[in-house]
Formats: sequence, C-alpha cells, structure tokens
Amino acid sequence: MIKKLAKSIREFKTVSILTPVFMIGEVIMEVVIPLLMAKLVDDGINGNSGEGDMNVILVMGAALVVCCILSLFSGFAGARTGAKAAMGFARNLRKDMFYKIQGYSFSNIDKFSTASLVTRLTTDVTRVQDAYQMILRIAVRAPIMLIFSLIMAFLVNVELSLVFVAVIPILAIGLILIIKFAHPVFERVFKRYDDLNNVVQENVSGMRVVKSFVREDYEIRKFKTISGEIYKDFSFAEKVLAFNNPLMLLCAYGGMLVISWLGADLIVNQGTLTTGQLMSMTTYAMQILMNLMMLSMIFVMVTMSRASAERICEVLDEESDIKSPAGAPLTEVADGSIEFRNVSFEYKKGSGNYALSDINIRINSGETIGIIGGTGSSKSTLVQLIPRLYDVADGSVLVGGKDVREYDLETLRDAVAMVLQKNTLFSGTIKDNLQWGKLDATDEEMTEACRLAQADPFIQEFPDKYDTYIEQDGTNVSGGQKQRLCIARALMKKPKILILDDSTSAVDTATDSKIRKAFREEIPDTTKLIIAQRISSVMDADKILVLDGGKVVNFGTHDELMKSSPIYREVYESQQKGSESDEAVSAPVGKGGEA
Amino acid sequence: MPARRRKPEAGQTVMIKRGGPGGPRAVGKGAKLDPKTLKRLLGYIFKNYKLRFFFVFVCIIVNALAGVAASLFLQELIDGNITPLLEKKMQGQTIVSDDFIPLLWTIGRMALIYAAGIICAFLQQRLMVTISQGVQKSIRDEMFEKMQRLPISYFDRNTHGDIMSHYTNDIDTLRQMLSQSIPQAFSSLITIVSVFIAMCSLSLPLTGFVILSLFVMMLITGKITGKSGKYFIAQQSSIAEVNGYIEEMINGQKVVKVFNHEEPSKEAFDELNEELYVNAREANGFANTLGPINNNLGHLQYALIAVLGGALAIFRIDLLGQTLKIGGIASFLQLSRSFTMPINQIVQQFNFIIMALAGAKRIFALIDEEPETDEGYVTLVNAKKNANGEITESEERTGMWAWKHPHGTGEVSYTPLKGEVTMNDVDFGYVPEKIVLHNVTLYAEPGQKIAFVGSTGAGKTTITNLINRFYDIADGKIRYDGININKIKKDALRHSLGMVLQSTNLFTGTVMENIRYGKLDATDEEVYAAARLANADDFIRRLPKGYDTMLTENGAQLSQGQRQLIAIARAAIADPPVMILDEATSSIDTRTEEIVQKGMDGLMKGRTVFVIAHRLSTVKNSDVIMVLEKGRIIERGNHQKLISEKGRYYKLYTGAFELD
Repeated sequence: MIKKLAKSIREFKTVSILTPVFMIGEVIMEVVIPLLMAKLVDDGINGNSGEGDMNVILVMGAALVVCCILSLFSGFAGARTGAKAAMGFARNLRKDMFYKIQGYSFSNIDKFSTASLVTRLTTDVTRVQDAYQMILRIAVRAPIMLIFSLIMAFLVNVELSLVFVAVIPILAIGLILIIKFAHPVFERVFKRYDDLNNVVQENVSGMRVVKSFVREDYEIRKFKTISGEIYKDFSFAEKVLAFNNPLMLLCAYGGMLVISWLGADLIVNQGTLTTGQLMSMTTYAMQILMNLMMLSMIFVMVTMSRASAERICEVLDEESDIKSPAGAPLTEVADGSIEFRNVSFEYKKGSGNYALSDINIRINSGETIGIIGGTGSSKSTLVQLIPRLYDVADGSVLVGGKDVREYDLETLRDAVAMVLQKNTLFSGTIKDNLQWGKLDATDEEMTEACRLAQADPFIQEFPDKYDTYIEQDGTNVSGGQKQRLCIARALMKKPKILILDDSTSAVDTATDSKIRKAFREEIPDTTKLIIAQRISSVMDADKILVLDGGKVVNFGTHDELMKSSPIYREVYESQQKGSESDEAVSAPVGKGGEA
Repeated sequence: MPARRRKPEAGQTVMIKRGGPGGPRAVGKGAKLDPKTLKRLLGYIFKNYKLRFFFVFVCIIVNALAGVAASLFLQELIDGNITPLLEKKMQGQTIVSDDFIPLLWTIGRMALIYAAGIICAFLQQRLMVTISQGVQKSIRDEMFEKMQRLPISYFDRNTHGDIMSHYTNDIDTLRQMLSQSIPQAFSSLITIVSVFIAMCSLSLPLTGFVILSLFVMMLITGKITGKSGKYFIAQQSSIAEVNGYIEEMINGQKVVKVFNHEEPSKEAFDELNEELYVNAREANGFANTLGPINNNLGHLQYALIAVLGGALAIFRIDLLGQTLKIGGIASFLQLSRSFTMPINQIVQQFNFIIMALAGAKRIFALIDEEPETDEGYVTLVNAKKNANGEITESEERTGMWAWKHPHGTGEVSYTPLKGEVTMNDVDFGYVPEKIVLHNVTLYAEPGQKIAFVGSTGAGKTTITNLINRFYDIADGKIRYDGININKIKKDALRHSLGMVLQSTNLFTGTVMENIRYGKLDATDEEVYAAARLANADDFIRRLPKGYDTMLTENGAQLSQGQRQLIAIARAAIADPPVMILDEATSSIDTRTEEIVQKGMDGLMKGRTVFVIAHRLSTVKNSDVIMVLEKGRIIERGNHQKLISEKGRYYKLYTGAFELD
C-alpha cells in the first residue's frame, strides 16, 4: 500500500528528503542549545569560582545566537519544504486518482458510488496528506530528538540518565495500553459518524417525504440513537485518552524529583555534577517525555489515516477492464453496420446472472432501429455494448464488419455517438456543452446540430442564445430542452452510429417526430438506434427490436410485429387506448403504417 | 520544551473532517471574537454542567500553579538547599545525612504539589470530555430536532451542502474548541499571570526585557498569521472548486466516456488542482514556520536574558531594589520559557476559537430559524360509530378516522374523514412580492381524480404543496372536509394525505423498512399487500435478499422505476383518503406503468387523488383536468370536454403544442 502511494510523490521526492534533513538540523541545534546554555550557566554565571565570567557569558551567548539562527534557518526551511512535499504529494494523489477514474470503464464506475469516489478524492486525500506532513516533520523529529536527548543526558551524567531508562518503559507501556483501548473505539466512532451524516443527508434531501409522512419524531429518534452512541463511544475513547496527559506528567514530575534528589547528592557528596548540569538534565528530561508524547500521537494519527490510504489504494488499484487492444488497433470504422453474434452479457463476471443472452442481430448501415421492452429488459445494456462501454461475456459485437474489441477505443467511440438515458449537462455555456462533441466546432456546426435536434428554436429564445449558461446538470433548462441539447451534443460528433437511449421521453410527441424526420432526411447514412417507451417514437423505424428479459423476442417492422408479437401489440394497444375516438388528431405520430 | 508547541497543530489534524469542502473554514484577517456567540455557547455548558465546569476551572488553576511551582522548584532546590550544603562543604564541614533533611522536605513538598497537579490534570480532562461531548450532543440533537421543524422553504433557500456542513465542519471546530482551546487558553492565562508575578519578584528589569521581546514575537506572529490566513482563505475556495469539479465530472463520468472527453476533463482538473496545491503550500508553509520561528526567538531571548542577567549578577547591579542571585537567573530563565510558551499557545488557540465561534454562529442561525408554525387544533382520531350512529372517538385503530374539532364553547364535534378538498380563490407566492398562483379555485369530491397539466413552472406542484401546507397561502381558503386547513394540526393534515413525488427518496434500511415508513406499526403481511398493490412485490422478491435487501444511497442498486414502485408502496401502506401523485410514474415504462396503474386504480378507489403527469395518457381518465399556465387555471373539465373545446389541452394532446 505504501509503495503504491509513494509512487505519487514523484517531483516532490527532493523536498520530501530535504524536510527530514532540515528537521534533523533543527533537532541538532535544539540539543546543542541547552548544552551551550548549561555551559553559559556553569562557566559563565557560576564560573570564575562563583564570581561569574563575563567573557564566557559573551562567547557562549554569541554561540547561542549563531545556533539559534542556524536552528531558525533549518526550522523555517523544513516548514516550507514539509508543506511543499505534503501538498504536492496530495496534488499528485488527486491527479493520479482522477486520471485513473477517467480511464475507468462503465463497470469500474458501477463498482464505486459517486459519493464515495468524491470522498476518496477529497477527504481521504486530505487525511493522507496531513499524515504525510506529520511523518516528514514530526515523525522524523521526535525519535531523533529522543535519541539525541538521551545521548546528551548520558554524556552529562550516566547515573542520572538511568532514571530515563526506568521511566521510558513505564510511559511506553502506558501509552500502548491507552492506544490499544482507545483505537478500536475511535474507529467505531468514525463509522458512526458516517451513519450520522447519512441520516442528516437523507433527511435534508428527503425532507418532503419526512414531512408528508409526519415522521419528524421518528427521524429525531433515529438521529438521537446514533448521536447517543457517538456520545458514549467518543466519551469513552476520550476518557481513555485523558490518561495520556497525567501519565506524562507523572513520569515527568516523578523523573524530575528523582533526578533532583540523586542530583543533589551527586553535587554535594560526590561533586561529580554541577548545578548547571542538573538544569540541563531537567531540560533533557522534559524533551524526552515530550517527544515520546509526540510519537504516540503520530502513531494514532497514522493508524487513523490508514483507512483513508486503503480507500485511495482501492481507486488506484482498480484496473480498467476495457482498453484499446495492444498492437495495431483499427483506427477507422468502415460504415455504420452493426452485428451481434451470439452475444451474452453479465454485469458480474461468472455470476451466471445473464442480462443478455443469445443475441443475434444484423443492422445495416443507415438503418433506423427502434428498441422496445419493459423495465429491466436490458435495452440499455444491449446498446452499451456497441461503443464498448461494457464487454460481452460471450459472442461478439461487430461494428463496420469488425469486432469492436479490435478498434482503438477512441476511434470506436467517436464513430458511435450515444445519448445516455441518465444524461448530464455540465456547467458552462451551451456552446461549451456542445463542444464536448467536437472540440473545435464552429458556430455553424453547432447551429446545424441543434437544428436537427430541434433545440435551435428554444435556444434562440434565450437572451444569450448559444452563450446561455447551463447550471450543473442542466437544472435551469426543462427536461425536454435538456434531452434535445444532449442529442445535439451527440450529433456534433457526426457519428456513423447514433444511439438514443430513451432520450426523448420528456419531449412532446410533435417535436419528437420532427427530430426523427430530421434524422431521416438529413443524416440518412447514419445508423440510428432509438430506445423508447412511446411506441410512436419507434413505429416508423425500419425495424423494431422487442426485448424481454434480456432476449430478443421479435425483430421486424411495425406491421410485422403487430401480427407476430403479442408484447408489441400489447404495448401498442395500451398506448392507443382511450384515444381511438380521436385517432385522427394523433395523425402526426401515425406514420408507422407507411413505412 | 519546543515540541509542546506543536500540539495544537497536531490536534487540528486529528480533527475529524467529514463531508463538506475540506475541514474548518479559514478565518479572515479581520475575524473578531464574537462575544454574543461565545456567551451563548458557554450557556450550554452552564446549563447542564455548572458544577463540573467549576471543578474543571479549579483543576486548571491547580494544575497551572503546579506547573509554575515546577519551574520555581529548581531555584529553591539550588539556592535553598544545594548551595548552602556546598558552602558548608567548602567551609570544610562534613556533610551528614541529617543535612539532607531540608532537601528531602523540599522534594517531599514538591511531590505533593506535583501529585495535586497530576490529579487535577486527570480530573480536568475527564470532566471536560463529558462536558464537551455532552454539549456537542445537545447541540447536534437540538439542531436536528430544529431542522425537522423547519418549513420546506428553508430547504429551498439553503443548499444541502450548506446544511450538511453544520453537522460536520461546524460541529468539528466546536469539538476542537470545547475540548482543547478553551481549557488550554484558560490554563495558559493562569500560567501567564502567575509566571509574570514570579518573574517580577525575581527581577523587574529582566521582566521588562521579556515583555519587550514578547512584543517582537507577537508582531512576527501577527505578520505570519496574516499571510497564511490570506492563503488559507484562497485554499478554502480552491478546495470548494476542486470538490465541485470532481463531483460534477464523476457524476457525469459515463458521459465523459461516451464522448471521449477524458483528456479535456483531465486538463481542466489539472488547472484547478495546481491552484489548490499552490494555495495549500503557501498557507501551510507559512503556518508551519510559526513554530520554529517562535521557538528560536525563545532560545534567542533565553541567551540574551542569560547575558543580561549574568551581567546584572556578576557586576552586582542592584536595580529597583532587587538583587539577583545565580539561582535566580536559572529560575528566571526557566520562567521566561514558561512565559512565552503559553502566550504562543493562546495566539494559536485564538485562531481556533474564532473559527469555532464562526461555526457556532452558523449553527445558532439554524437553531434560531423560524420553525413551521402550527396554530391548528383540529386533530385526526380513530373513530367508531356508536349505537345511535353518532361518531365517537376510539382508542384503538378502527380503520375509520374522524376530525376532532374542539370548539370555543368547550364542545367537541367529530367529522368523518372523507377526503373532500376545496380551494377558494387561492393566491400564493414563495416570496410575498411575487405571486405565482392566482385565483385558484377547485373542488375535489371524495373519490375524484383531479389532474394538473401544464408546463414546468406553471404551478402544478405548488398547488399540491399548498394542500399539505408545505407552504402557506397568501390569500383565499383551502378546506379539507369542510374545515379550513389552517385549523387542522399539520401532523393530522399530513397523515391524511399520501404523497408520491417525482424524485424518490428512499432511506438507508431494508426494503421492508422503507415500505413500512408509511405506517410504522404495519405487519409484514400489510407490507406485502402494499407492495403487491403497487406491483412492486414481484421485483422485490427477485432481489437477492427479497424484502430484507438493504438499500443504501437512496436505493442506488435499484432502477429508477423500481425506486418509484417502492415509493408508491410506501404511500399505499399509509392508506390515506387523499393521494397526491406528482409525476409518480414518469420513470416507469408505459408497459409497467400500465400494470402499476391497475394497482393504483385499486388504490385510488374511494380516494381523492391529485395527479400531476407529463404523459397525457396518465391523466386522460381523470374526473377533472386542470390546465395551468403561469399560475392560473386556464382550462378545466374532463378529457372529452377539453378536447371538444379545442383549446390548449387539445393542442397538447394532438402534439401541436409542447410542454416544457
């Protein structure tokens, strides 16, 4: 996992190495400084047999100033490089994840929920970034400081330093116990937080449901149960952590007292210690304990960020299962013919749960094909195999006479334009959105596509016309307008195959038929696949495909199906029912018979 | 003790950052302490934890004093015990163990003080945990409870992300402040005062020097905080931008794929990501330098004090009547460090406190929102008919409901629940200045099906939202079974209305639990029956775990149509006399809709139903169809009548006019 994440350090390797180096510099200075201070007190203030030696004081003072400046420099540099390394690492992580996601196939995307991908890219990266900065700056600093302080303490006086040797294990055991008890509870608390946020989120977005079912009190109870658990767990964990500070104080104060007692004896009786040295010893004692504390904190931090790191790795580890073929992929699609040969498909490989089975169809270039079927009949699944959004489990899909797996992905998808059922417009102007279809599109090309999709008339009514700003997900245009913009965007590609997946459901029948008329007359060479709920949207197609339960039930013209397909007839009749009396007025949609 | 200064920084990182665009919000340079919010926040503490909080303060004081005593201890030990012993030794006297007794006493006394400090530190932390967690819980609960009582308009006005961030970011900063900042700031304050007094007692001139250098330190700190603050603000907006972009792109990831748009989308991302990196680097870079700078200034000050103090002691300069001894200098040096450290801590905590108060202010703003008013007094009760055929109240569920209407005279009358809805000349505007519904009048007899047809924004949904009083009308009257709906308690009113909305909201839980949401005490059998009625039973049974299938993320594993069916079942189980179906079947294919419709027809029997639908086939068989345009009813009548009138409905039906 660490190896995986470390790959994202890249150009920040230098600063990542420099940071600990600077920290070491700072640490050395911080160890030297108390030493100089001790000298200053002993040889300066106490020097000259207790009368004080101003020269020594001045020299030592100057040395102190130099050390401070050095320490300041390395501290400052370490602070900057540390920030640069951690932030840069986070930047690269975000970039790597985002790039990786861009390479995901549909089935990869299905695996993660959108919300979880977003949290992984944001919150989780932030946590790892913070941990990384911690590690670079403090995790290097604390142990070194600890070791140096210990060495210095031993240099000053071995006997007194043995006190540390006694205290450190006590402290370490205490800390380990604290972490051991608190950590699992913290993990649980974090999960509970997710639950809590989930309840809030569901309530905020479903407030109308809550209110219309008068479930306010029910929701409050639900919320309070979770918030109560958080209170309980969090209090427990923090109460365990509350031992931390007193434990440290106990060791620090206890150590000080023992050192003082023994130190006094050494000074007075043995004469092997000076008062200045005693002072340094207490300083070292404090430093050692502080750094032990830091270490314990880092330990907690790192374990906490481990969950985030794992979630990031999941994203990075996910390999796209659909890639352009190796070697020399085809870079040209001959025509818009499509063929399904013995195709079967399952969303989960090896599940045996086939969404499509035994599909055999031939579609000629330029034909218009209608696709009809109930919810769950795998209409969308079928068409998504054509631009290789998913790969077949068995059999093959051919476009322009070649297996789709032989094409360069970009070539294939440029030739096959698809308007998804759950479609999205992006924040930006109408032009920005249309340019998704063709990056360097001219105004004429855009107008042309919009004219075909019957979007031009309403765009012209907007005050800013093609420069009208579309809000995220197109919330400021109506459903029908959004669908037509999406169709126009797909048309911008001038595709060989155009697939509309229930893309005119919010468009009224008259406009719907105008769109189909435009398709027929203006892009006759493009193969058109139209999935629709409304029978009127497909009945004038060259052929209509009836799907049921992932199988092709019928494939033929409207007239043929009216005779041969009970499902088709049932759908047809259900939609015609009640309008028999005014058959005449629904004439614009009644062209099927002529086809 | 340089390491200690980093503690707040580490604490900040430990803080739980969930949801919302990244962590605590930056504090503007001009951010000020808001005494009103602080007072209110402390109010939460005093309300329930007065005694505990008092103890915490006592503990903090004892602990801080113990800390000061610790730094004075060395002086006492050296000047008071070790030096006399050394002098005695130098005078050639032998040191016997009895001579160590005063030293032992000093250490013993110190041990007691230390013990008190440790116990107090422990108690303080334990007590503070309860207080801080308790206050968080009460604020959180209060916020959620309050949120449930807010009118729908509040949710229209505020984005979901904003509301969410009250529960995540704002509470998090609060936690930080309660459990760390306040106790630490207070303890620092005590330390500062006592250390200051101790320093003055040792040497006034040196104290003056410390104050002077402190001033310099504060100046530098201020400069750096200002600089990093600027970048922190920039960082926050960068984070928001990057998050927004990620969210939008990942949401539309499938479209990105279909359009081969990966490269442009990467490019745009890189740009935003780079900007965030630069801002974050600068912000953190500056903030990080604060520690080393103050740290080393402390060392520098230490050296200078040593030099100055040394000079004073060596040349025996008596200033202001104080004579400085060698041990005095040592103590003073210790003290000077104990002095600058808490000041730095306060400076750092100050930032957190301001940040937390800003969060608290936002939380209080939510709590202070005007709740939905409910002046209704008519309630819905289970009813039964007594022998005389009069309606009386019943304790248990009878399947029959009645409005209980207490009158001013003390009499109580019961009206059976029928489901008759009338609207009389109703005007409404989301904001008073802009009326969106004009003179709406309609009569819905019990059992009738009323349909609304019209463009987006014509006011169809608005009308239905007035019936259940999500919004209150500006003018006119709405009556339910002859009772002005303003007189009906909102809970009772909404109980009597079922709703299925276009955007389905399911809750995390099993399918069973989701359907049962409509009637909490429903038996499993009732749930199955409701599901069958909505034609959902079939597909539910085919789910991997049937009715026990867990739904998460608004039922992401189901198709839109399936979610819709569960929502219909959920409404069906509540069995209300009036149903509002707002585009309820829009995402179901016509064939399935046909089947659902059959179930719905059974469901609608004997009920008043308001239908909003895009597909005219759905509304055709309604008793009354209202065609709305710009908030006015422009046509009304049944299908035949409207077709024969050859008006807007006719045009719509024939496809000559388009609905947007």
